[in-house]
Amino acid sequence: MMLAEILASLFPEGHTVTIADGLISGEGPFRGGRLAVIGIDGDTALGVDGACRLAGDVLDVVRRGGGTPILVAIDSDSQRMSRRDELLGLNEYLAHLAKTLLLADAHGHPTVGLIYGHSAAGAFIATALATRVLVGLPGANPSVMDLPSVARVTKLPLDRLEAMAKDTPVFAPGLDNMVRTGAVQAVLDPDLPLADQIAAVIDAMPEDDHRDRLGRERGGRPVAEEVAAQVVRDAALG
Amino acid sequence: MEKLSFRHTTSRALPGAKAQAITGVVASGNLEVLLERTLPPTECTVEIETPIRGYGEVWEAVVADFVARAEPGGLRITINDGGARPDTVSLRLLQGARLMEV
Amino acid sequence: MNERIIDLAARGEGRGWATSWYEASARARIDGLLDAGSFREVIGPEQRRMSPHLPLFDLPRAFDDGMIVGSGRLDGSAVLVAAQEGRFMGGAFGEIHGAKLVGLLRAALKLKPAAVLILFDTGGVRLQEANAGETAIAEVMRAIMRVRAAGVPVIGLIGGRAGAYGGGGLIAGTCSRLVVSEGGRISVSGPEVIETNKGAEEFDSRDRALVWRTMGGKHRRLTGGADAYADDTIEAFRQAALDQIGRAPAFDLATLEAEQRRLEERLVRFGDCRDATEIWGQLGVNDPESVPALTTADFETLLVSLGETTHDAR
Repeated sequence: MMLAEILASLFPEGHTVTIADGLISGEGPFRGGRLAVIGIDGDTALGVDGACRLAGDVLDVVRRGGGTPILVAIDSDSQRMSRRDELLGLNEYLAHLAKTLLLADAHGHPTVGLIYGHSAAGAFIATALATRVLVGLPGANPSVMDLPSVARVTKLPLDRLEAMAKDTPVFAPGLDNMVRTGAVQAVLDPDLPLADQIAAVIDAMPEDDHRDRLGRERGGRPVAEEVAAQVVRDAALG
Repeated sequence: MEKLSFRHTTSRALPGAKAQAITGVVASGNLEVLLERTLPPTECTVEIETPIRGYGEVWEAVVADFVARAEPGGLRITINDGGARPDTVSLRLLQGARLMEV
Repeated sequence: MNERIIDLAARGEGRGWATSWYEASARARIDGLLDAGSFREVIGPEQRRMSPHLPLFDLPRAFDDGMIVGSGRLDGSAVLVAAQEGRFMGGAFGEIHGAKLVGLLRAALKLKPAAVLILFDTGGVRLQEANAGETAIAEVMRAIMRVRAAGVPVIGLIGGRAGAYGGGGLIAGTCSRLVVSEGGRISVSGPEVIETNKGAEEFDSRDRALVWRTMGGKHRRLTGGADAYADDTIEAFRQAALDQIGRAPAFDLATLEAEQRRLEERLVRFGDCRDATEIWGQLGVNDPESVPALTTADFETLLVSLGETTHDAR
């Protein structure tokens, strides 16, 4: 789905969401209140300037209060790879954006990620993955790194990697694999109204971070939940 | 990965009371050695996982030399190898045994 | 054999306080950082909790998957600690590696230690386990937020050979306080990654001086990306960690609003700078070219003279 279609399906009565420099910002009527929308469109890379603006938008929502839910719609590139971005401390800007989303969630603003295109690496972690629940639309393509690049780094032949990717969700790019890892909770149906589906997601928000449980159940992260639980069980102050 | 396993008998138990030690890091040209005092006093096992295939005889010789020098009776030794040279392996094994003698 | 074998065990020393943090193994760092003999590891190497995925790539595994977690004491106070081994797979986040840190942070919510110390040494996500590593990083950031909101400081210590890159840089950005040494680099895209994707004109990864002044400890400390600068010794990191625990900012709206202002101001002030030396000059450093060579003591004097590099906006 394209962003315009997504917004139309979310807000049949209209909205104030705008896109500038690939950054999405605005809101629309939702269940008698509002739904705030931030995000990245058009496979845009996320740099210091964009991250700062989006974080400001999130803080505005938190400041206004009222428990307005926040939808983080993502079709991005990875983090912007440049000398300037790193010189200015891109890690702080991306972390800050993630923190504003985590703070919003803690302040009673349900946060929902919606990946409808590409996303990768730092841009993905700072946005969609920093929400309480991340859902996807068919055709979305999250990745940490594309397979040809993985082949270069791991020095494994591409055809062997492609074969491995078929039954090893832990490293292969793509929406299905992120679903199996537990990072993406569900894939929405583009033929049904998104407003209802997002509302249902918000109503069924998990209390805790249960992505590792989903990862075990779906086979994409077989041991993470168990390992984390064992640390919780065994750790003691001495 | 190639898995190797050696079992030796020693004339004595390794001195000291330390139950466990680990030394080294799995990195290119390096290895990690985990030593556990879990076997009968005059037995020693060395298990190895290495990405470099076909060096079983070299490992066998290095391990035999180490057992003769350290008499590491009672130790279960497990190695994750990152492609270390034999002299590095020897050094790490002796280091590990020394840590267990505390 | 190119790898120099210099960890504490190799020297047969119990406490190596003068030992280089950069050169030390993760275990040696923990041993030297905490009160002598106080470290209690959770899921120790004897449990052989190794990556289920690396064998598919014919890669060797480590008993601890490159992440060592547990509890101990720092100057008498109970702390939880996690340390990455930067020499194993570049300290990168895989499934178990990440899950151990997630578990430690969840344990902190229950145990309420005086602090959680994270000894970063990472290139980011382990590509062979990329989806698990990336998701784990997101889980870690959420868990850090909860730990901080519960009033427990999370202190990051960065001075290892792998730095704090990729998702590691993002996690560092969520910590309450960061201590960095000259050798510690904090960044998202590494020099090689930028060069591979954008060309050597954008970033020449072989220009080490450029790397240090763009991503290195001094630059981060000068611009507020880190809160304390430590000598490259385990003792210096211990002292700096102790100093920072009591100064951890709260995690709340006021802190993030302050961080928003701080980061916006940085873009306005330095957004057009092409090199770190320009930024340092605008900060009021008289001789920016001399900064990389400054000793720790002289660098501290410089920081004091600038008087604006310390903040609670993190």
